[in-house]
Amino acid sequence: MKLSHEEQAMRGGEFGPLLQWAIEHQIKVGDYLGAADFVPVTQAHIMADTESLGRAGVEWLEHWTALPVGQRQVRVPTITDPRGTDFAHAQKLKQQSWMLDLERRAIAAFEALGVLMTDTCINYQTIMPPVRGEHVAYGDTGVVIYCNSVCGARSNFEGGPSALSAGLTGRTPRYGYHLDAQRRATFVVELSSTPRELSDWGALGGIVGRLAGDYSQVPALTGVDCVPGPDALKHFGAALASFGSVALFHIVGVTPEAIQLADVIPVGFALPRHAIGEADLRAFQGRYAMDIGAVDLVVFSAPQLSLMEMRTLAGLLDGRSAKIPLFAVTSPQVKPDCDRMGLTARIEKAGGTVLSGMCFYQSYAREIAEGNGWHRLATNSAKLVNVIGGYGYRPVLLSMAQCVEAACAGGKLVARTQS
Amino acid sequence: MSAEIFYAAAGMGRKVRASALVASDGFSARYDLDRVRGLFSRPEHKLAGQTYHGRVLVLDAAKGGVATAWMLHEMKARGVMPAALVLNRVNPIMVQGAALADFTMISGFDCDITKVIPNYAEVEVDPQAQRPLIRLV
Repeated sequence: MKLSHEEQAMRGGEFGPLLQWAIEHQIKVGDYLGAADFVPVTQAHIMADTESLGRAGVEWLEHWTALPVGQRQVRVPTITDPRGTDFAHAQKLKQQSWMLDLERRAIAAFEALGVLMTDTCINYQTIMPPVRGEHVAYGDTGVVIYCNSVCGARSNFEGGPSALSAGLTGRTPRYGYHLDAQRRATFVVELSSTPRELSDWGALGGIVGRLAGDYSQVPALTGVDCVPGPDALKHFGAALASFGSVALFHIVGVTPEAIQLADVIPVGFALPRHAIGEADLRAFQGRYAMDIGAVDLVVFSAPQLSLMEMRTLAGLLDGRSAKIPLFAVTSPQVKPDCDRMGLTARIEKAGGTVLSGMCFYQSYAREIAEGNGWHRLATNSAKLVNVIGGYGYRPVLLSMAQCVEAACAGGKLVARTQS
Repeated sequence: MSAEIFYAAAGMGRKVRASALVASDGFSARYDLDRVRGLFSRPEHKLAGQTYHGRVLVLDAAKGGVATAWMLHEMKARGVMPAALVLNRVNPIMVQGAALADFTMISGFDCDITKVIPNYAEVEVDPQAQRPLIRLV
């Protein structure tokens, strides 16, 4: 990689050992992935729950905090993805004290590095959405795909170590979705039926993700007959990234780089085309645990819920009573608004629990399942059904209304093939 | 190209030799593994229930979320980890994770690597060769 004088100085240790490690890490990654040089970034976003970090990761972070302050501060605004707990509800989740201790240590270490503990995967809805053409270093696949696609920003998937490096150096290797050539569509999806429910937008993301198959693929969707809202695109993008490792999509007439399909088609190329309709959405939904008749809990998470989703959920629960655990996970920015506007009280009056600043699957999902005897889980998040099976759950994908019905029926599932 | 040597487009880490665990499926440390027991745990995964510790994983594509970037480091610290990763296609997360953990990985072949490496075959992975490679031994 071509290095500027400042980057050479970082590599030479003139800014201390942390920046030296950070730029070396970035060069190693950039060399592997064919980056010619670095590109400055304006923001970084770090995924670093302690289930991922483990004790070794927390200790690795802590050892940098012994440096003088001037050698251990991020250079650009650097924020965090959800944590592994909501301390206010950890006991209810039956999280163990060592988990909470590890979380506290990780938080202290990040704060010592100048990181802002926003603890959210919906920063594009609540903190500072990037603008078209803005180069950023984001570290949650759902955040990356939304900001690349809907905002027109430029980021690769930046795992925790790389996002932290970008925060420290103020730059990232210029490869992948920082480059114009990588942002063209590689296949076209023709929709004959536009999803309405958030769970169906997630199912569509899952189907397209399976078609895509890897990080270099960029789908372009045609046939969307309405303007999907931010929450629909949030669920679509999160599932697409989760199932397909995809970081960018275009929806013709909706997302900013695809006013027309021709805008994102490489000149002279005939791209593969796939047709997707209502039957495909139902078939996708049907893949998940159709043989079970009841669930043990209902979870709304992954991504964290927006204020509008919280409002919808509160409305569905008004006058009802959940007979099994029902968790609604939102961000620390949305939660105070929910408290102030009475949404938290309405959800909790119906027996639900509002969790803040965490994500269900990033919160020691296996251990809390064992502690609570949870096995079968209903959610409206296609991303969550994709992730949570690896933690020993049997997930079911339903609409938000169906999830509420299940919770109020003691977990019993009815009418599962209709959205 | 020799029938028993397959060259990769990129590689990092040290040369290793171990038994291969092969499947035409993806890889994500978060989605697919029980990292405490060292097993593939996602029921839909083609290697579900199999032990990955000490094996050279030969798989199709890096999948899923960003957590793998930390998890490879954590797996290495606990000593329950694959010997190496050999993938047709990587995403940046896998590269970032391998870089942090000083983990052996090669990727990018002119064939489907999951079709030419037999399961349980003894293989050598050399990212430091002039061209990164996997060799049947």
